[in-house]
Amino acid sequence: MSTLAPLLTSRWGDPQSWTLAAYREAGGYQALAKAFEMEPAAVLNAVKDSGLRGRGGAGFPTGVKWSFLPPPDGGPRYLVVNADESEPGTCKDIPLMMADPHSLIEGVIITSYAIGCHHAFIYLRGEVVHVYRRLLHAVSEARAAGLLGDGVMGTDFKLELTVHAGAGAYICGEETALLDSLEGRRGQPRLKPPFPAVAGLYARPTVVNNVESIASVPWIVANGADWWKSMGTEKSTGVAIYSLSGHVKRPGQYEAPLGITMRRLLELAGGIRDGHELKFWMPGGSSTPMFTAEQLDVPLDYDSVAAAGSMLGTRALQCFDDTVCVVRAVSRWMDFYAHESCGKCTPCREGTFWLRAVLRRIEAGQGKMDDLQILEDIPGSIVGRAFCPLGDGAPSSLTSSLKFFRDEYVQHIDQGRCPYDHTASYLFEAVAA
Amino acid sequence: MTYAPETLTALRADADQVVARYPSPRSALLPLLHLCQSVDGYISPDAIAFCADRLELTAAEVSAVATFYSQFKRQPNGQYTLGVCITSLCGLLGGDAIFAKLSEYLAVGNDQTTADGMFTLERVECNAACDYAPVLMINWEFFDNQTPASAVGLVEDLRAGKSVRPTRGPDKLGTFKEISRVLAGFEDGHANEGPAAGAPSLAGLELAAREGWSAPGPIGDGSDSSHPQEAGDPK
Amino acid sequence: MSAEDLVTCSIDGIEIAVPKNTLIIRAAEEAGVMIPRFCDHPLLAPVAACRQCLVDVASPAGPEGKLRAFPKPQPACAMTVTPGMVVNTQLTSAAAKTAQEQVAELILINHPLDCPICDKGGECPLQNQAMSTGRSVSRFTEKKNTFPKPLALTAQILLDRERCVLCQRCTRFAAQIPGDPFIALQRRGVNQQIGRFDASVLGVAAVADEAADEAEGDVLAVDGTPFAGYFAGNIIQICPVGALTSAEYRFRARPFDLVSTATVAEHDSTCSAIRVDYRRGQVLRRLAGDDPELNQEWITDKDRFGFHWQTAPDRLRRPLVRRGDDLVEVSWPEGLAAAAEVLGSAKRAAVLPGGRLTLEDAHAYAVFARAVLKTDSIDFRARPSSPEEAQFLAHFAAGAGTGVSLNELAAAPAVLLVGFEAEDEGGIVYLRLREAGTTVYALAPFASRGLARLGGTLLPTLPGAEASALAKLSDAAGPVPEPGASAKGPTSADAVQTLTASAAAALAGGVIVLGERLATSPGAYSAAVAAAERLGAKLVWIPRRAGERAALEAGLLPGLAPGGRALGDLTEAETTMIFGGPLDLEPGLDLPGIVAAVRAGEIDTVLVGGLELVDLPVPPAAATALKGAKVVALQVRGEGISPWADVVLPVAPPQEKAGTFINWEGRLRPFPQVLTSTALSDGKVLQALAAKLGFTLGIGELATVHQVLDRLGPAGRRQPAPAVAPPEAPALGAGEALLSTWHQLVDDAAGLDGEPRLAASAPAPKARLNAATAQGVGARAGDDLQVSTAAGAVTLPVVIDDLPNGVVHLPTKSPGSWVRVALNAANGDVVRIAASSGAKEAQP
Repeated sequence: MSTLAPLLTSRWGDPQSWTLAAYREAGGYQALAKAFEMEPAAVLNAVKDSGLRGRGGAGFPTGVKWSFLPPPDGGPRYLVVNADESEPGTCKDIPLMMADPHSLIEGVIITSYAIGCHHAFIYLRGEVVHVYRRLLHAVSEARAAGLLGDGVMGTDFKLELTVHAGAGAYICGEETALLDSLEGRRGQPRLKPPFPAVAGLYARPTVVNNVESIASVPWIVANGADWWKSMGTEKSTGVAIYSLSGHVKRPGQYEAPLGITMRRLLELAGGIRDGHELKFWMPGGSSTPMFTAEQLDVPLDYDSVAAAGSMLGTRALQCFDDTVCVVRAVSRWMDFYAHESCGKCTPCREGTFWLRAVLRRIEAGQGKMDDLQILEDIPGSIVGRAFCPLGDGAPSSLTSSLKFFRDEYVQHIDQGRCPYDHTASYLFEAVAA
Repeated sequence: MTYAPETLTALRADADQVVARYPSPRSALLPLLHLCQSVDGYISPDAIAFCADRLELTAAEVSAVATFYSQFKRQPNGQYTLGVCITSLCGLLGGDAIFAKLSEYLAVGNDQTTADGMFTLERVECNAACDYAPVLMINWEFFDNQTPASAVGLVEDLRAGKSVRPTRGPDKLGTFKEISRVLAGFEDGHANEGPAAGAPSLAGLELAAREGWSAPGPIGDGSDSSHPQEAGDPK
Repeated sequence: MSAEDLVTCSIDGIEIAVPKNTLIIRAAEEAGVMIPRFCDHPLLAPVAACRQCLVDVASPAGPEGKLRAFPKPQPACAMTVTPGMVVNTQLTSAAAKTAQEQVAELILINHPLDCPICDKGGECPLQNQAMSTGRSVSRFTEKKNTFPKPLALTAQILLDRERCVLCQRCTRFAAQIPGDPFIALQRRGVNQQIGRFDASVLGVAAVADEAADEAEGDVLAVDGTPFAGYFAGNIIQICPVGALTSAEYRFRARPFDLVSTATVAEHDSTCSAIRVDYRRGQVLRRLAGDDPELNQEWITDKDRFGFHWQTAPDRLRRPLVRRGDDLVEVSWPEGLAAAAEVLGSAKRAAVLPGGRLTLEDAHAYAVFARAVLKTDSIDFRARPSSPEEAQFLAHFAAGAGTGVSLNELAAAPAVLLVGFEAEDEGGIVYLRLREAGTTVYALAPFASRGLARLGGTLLPTLPGAEASALAKLSDAAGPVPEPGASAKGPTSADAVQTLTASAAAALAGGVIVLGERLATSPGAYSAAVAAAERLGAKLVWIPRRAGERAALEAGLLPGLAPGGRALGDLTEAETTMIFGGPLDLEPGLDLPGIVAAVRAGEIDTVLVGGLELVDLPVPPAAATALKGAKVVALQVRGEGISPWADVVLPVAPPQEKAGTFINWEGRLRPFPQVLTSTALSDGKVLQALAAKLGFTLGIGELATVHQVLDRLGPAGRRQPAPAVAPPEAPALGAGEALLSTWHQLVDDAAGLDGEPRLAASAPAPKARLNAATAQGVGARAGDDLQVSTAAGAVTLPVVIDDLPNGVVHLPTKSPGSWVRVALNAANGDVVRIAASSGAKEAQP
């Protein structure tokens, strides 16, 4: 088995990869042709059998999610692609859509065919204009080529595809908040049940899937479930994009079978920058508990990472070297959660506000030893009490950092200042002011 | 509303197109707000009234949405939003220094606009380009791997009226109003400009090519040609 | 309820069976367990936002039904019980208790410690739950989130944002119950706040050339802010903290100093349950009571805020007697003697008791008129009326007992509103129809905002042409095309026909609601009776005023006996029982007849109840008439009576007497005396007057009335229904239009006197007409339109709406639009319209 296995990233090297012509040249839209020769249920079963798990963070089996849709009742049902990629550290869907939008569109068409959807949506975060251009353009091309609209590819299958730009709200990555946002409302999560499969967009049965999940579908349909399962681990099948960032020599996207270790990925990325060592890393975005060098050999699949005390999340592997003040990093993440808390529920709204204030004080050298108790306690008032998983994830970095680096917090309080030179973590030479 | 009649006519025509994209008119609210920003440069009271009218909502319902999302500006925005990513990774890898430098250079703080109306400086949260850290988003186009000096250079160029090219984006940076129109879903013809991907996006792909790594081929008889995409055969 | 509709579960070890789909928090209440909560409200859809009600839950799972605990505590307000579910609340689960304490701590970190100056202090769920679930000492030492305070959401409702816990009860109420989303959550995260769109509050830069920024479709209140609806006051009551306060009540009392009395509101014919809070003899506020069959837990703002009229500066405390041009205060014995002298010397008398009476007082007038004044000229309808209406009411409503109830109306397969604007004229009727999602059709000239929010369908009808519209509807019963329900109303003649047919079909088993303005629509009542029969629908009459139904039961129409029988149908024994002896009366006159007879000198004496001349069809005629007659008036207040009354006897307003309203359903709505008072009810005054005149009448007591009504027994033979033919549609000349008019719920009603903030929050009065009609007279939206008759004119800004050609709509008694006073016109009359160049007419 090869260490890396580029599939979804395989076409990105073509200088015109986003065009329909380049995509077709690379064999694009032939999986769709194959899908149309199958019954929709067979397509659904292929994805179910493949064991593909949601690539948006939660890891729920994609085909199983589709199968939760109630039987058709003659009314509309919707596919909504979650392209709101906003989890700090996550940077895979954006390059995918910029370089290879047609792979997503092909996945959308196949998925829509499988679940009986005739109007699909891609909900893209609004802060990436060029990606939106590429998607709009790809949809125009696809429509002109008869891949969208009435009679897709000469069949009697109809599909509209609307690409919708959000407007800046992390919470819209939560699927029900995304649906409310797509309905023109504040992106605040909905009470479940009913789940989107039963009452989603416009209260109709709806499937919400991540970009990478949907872009994996053509590969599975083309090559079969068994082929997909031949990659990865038993319960984390297939390949996935690992995004390395931070103090590594060659940050970027590394597509590999699930289960690769961080140690191996770090090697591929050239290791930590010269003269420094890895201090801590986030396996799945800032909402997942941090790891240190001790966890470098944990296989990066859903279950192994969970067993090691964190979450695979979006495979957003942010690496921080020994120049980084963990209090500063955590404080900044708490700024993020407080800024992005939608405000709906008390624990997330008030808890992140409180923790932000305390962390900022400690980082500024104005902490008190009592503050540590607050930092220990308040995460417990958020996790398991918040309305949605984003609240539950907000204190992860704090809690895990206290586990690994409690001394560093104490140091800040004792010394009345941050013991780190903040410029040392910069990627460029700090120029004298 | 204080829109000039011709502005209103154009807005209404555009709004009809936006509304037509959705099964339910209210879904058009976010794009309509982007559209109004392309006219007013921010979400003005007129914009609130226009959207309320068009979608049969109350002004309170519209402002509820307009004030929820961080891209909707409540004060007239500069021609260029300088969005410095300051979330942990970009911030600690240099975003903090870039923000500080720009703030000093432009003499404005977070979410403030220069007196000449050219620049709005903003601390932005993670913009999904962590492998290009530190990242500067100017009008939501990617300016990758920035330094304080490069950021100031961009500002100087824009001030001097020079064309500025995003790292991964169109050949020429658009104004805030121009990109707001794109965000409302109106193509501007620049999709085919810029690269497919930057170097970090291709890091794994290029390494695999060098090492000869690929995904396994399809299972079974190679003559099964129904498979279009030659698995494991990156171009 | 059958056993299969029940679910058995356990709450803190208490086994309890509750209906399916019961929320845990409700089931716990049944079991006597109080789970702390903020966002939960039994009449609003759950949101589970505050997280205060977290409890431990386990449910049987798997084939063996082993109990499986949820890994996290669950919100009791949003999860329904399932068979075998085991719930452990804070009382029996340490985990639930901890979770609730954690949430309480977070709820309180940004809440100010201003309970000592907060209206809510002492009746505050947050205060209570801070005691039960909060920490004794806060660990929060950071700077609290603060806001400038307070914000006026409406002229009447203030918001202190820093007290708000963002439970969203108010915004959910506004959106879900009346459908008036005038407020919403604004901004995000810890900056999130309740509010309307207010640019300065939200930090939105104004448009360069500052101008009106309202949307064209916005309805604005009199004070220029967005109209918040007629029910907004309810949000003050359901706010679980002190964030929403009433400008009127703010800082005026401590809840624990107040005495609360459950009573009934006097402002409309639903007679909602309310609670009156007073201190040292002064009413300080009114709140919604809880009556699941009527107003549930909501009331109109009129019922909530409109109580100052009872203690208005012109409130009469002592009798007044005319001395030359002046009315002077005299003692009660003098006043009674003077009144007795006037009434005793009457050659021919008439009685105008008004439409706001209790059953007891109405009965007193009924008996006093016939037995003491020997007159059958009596009419409670202090408003436009018709003989056809009187005949219909005698036929249909009087003595008919309880008809269609509000619950039945809301549950009806379809409801047709005829001459009845549910929101403006029905208040709670509108809320209940909306809540139930009842299929609503309306015969009206345009789809009002209320009809639109009911999701109702308009069957466009010219004002005054209801009779022929009803006839068409009856004829349309037959095969049915699908309804293209749209509150905008149909556009083509075909569409109208289709709609009419579907309405006709839908109304089988449905209800036709008749409102008071049909009194000026000839043939409408006759057609309604026929239509109900042909369509298989029930009829219900919903008057505006609280006293009209009781007046009918008591017989306050010419020829009408108590209990709905014709006077002439009573046996001698019955007559004696009621009136104390046989009657030998000339046929009585109705209100227009009385006015004419007084002017002709045929009637010389009039006994007047709570009557406002400005509400009569032709106020100047009535004024002239009364000036020429001897008048004894029984009034709560004095304003407006001095020109024509000879003796004025003060009577008690509702809060100073006990009594019984009969609401439009026919339901008795007894209420207690709230305040200690020496004021007398109308009945008591009439009893004293009768005594002065030598009559001993058992009047003014509920027991007496019941005795009479019970002994009379059921009405027996109904009086005949009216059979008035529909009129020809009037031909309109150039510059002429048909007048459509009804009362806005909040307007210049005397019952709202002394409440300027409520008046300021009423919808700004406008003249509505369609574009073609407006164009015909050269008026555009926003221009002033002059609507005139020979009597005078009303001038209001134009709103273009989907009215039929040649129809103009005005509110009946709103600021600048006192239609009866200015135009002496009623719904369906022909008026002149013109674009106005001159100044607006002075307020009458």
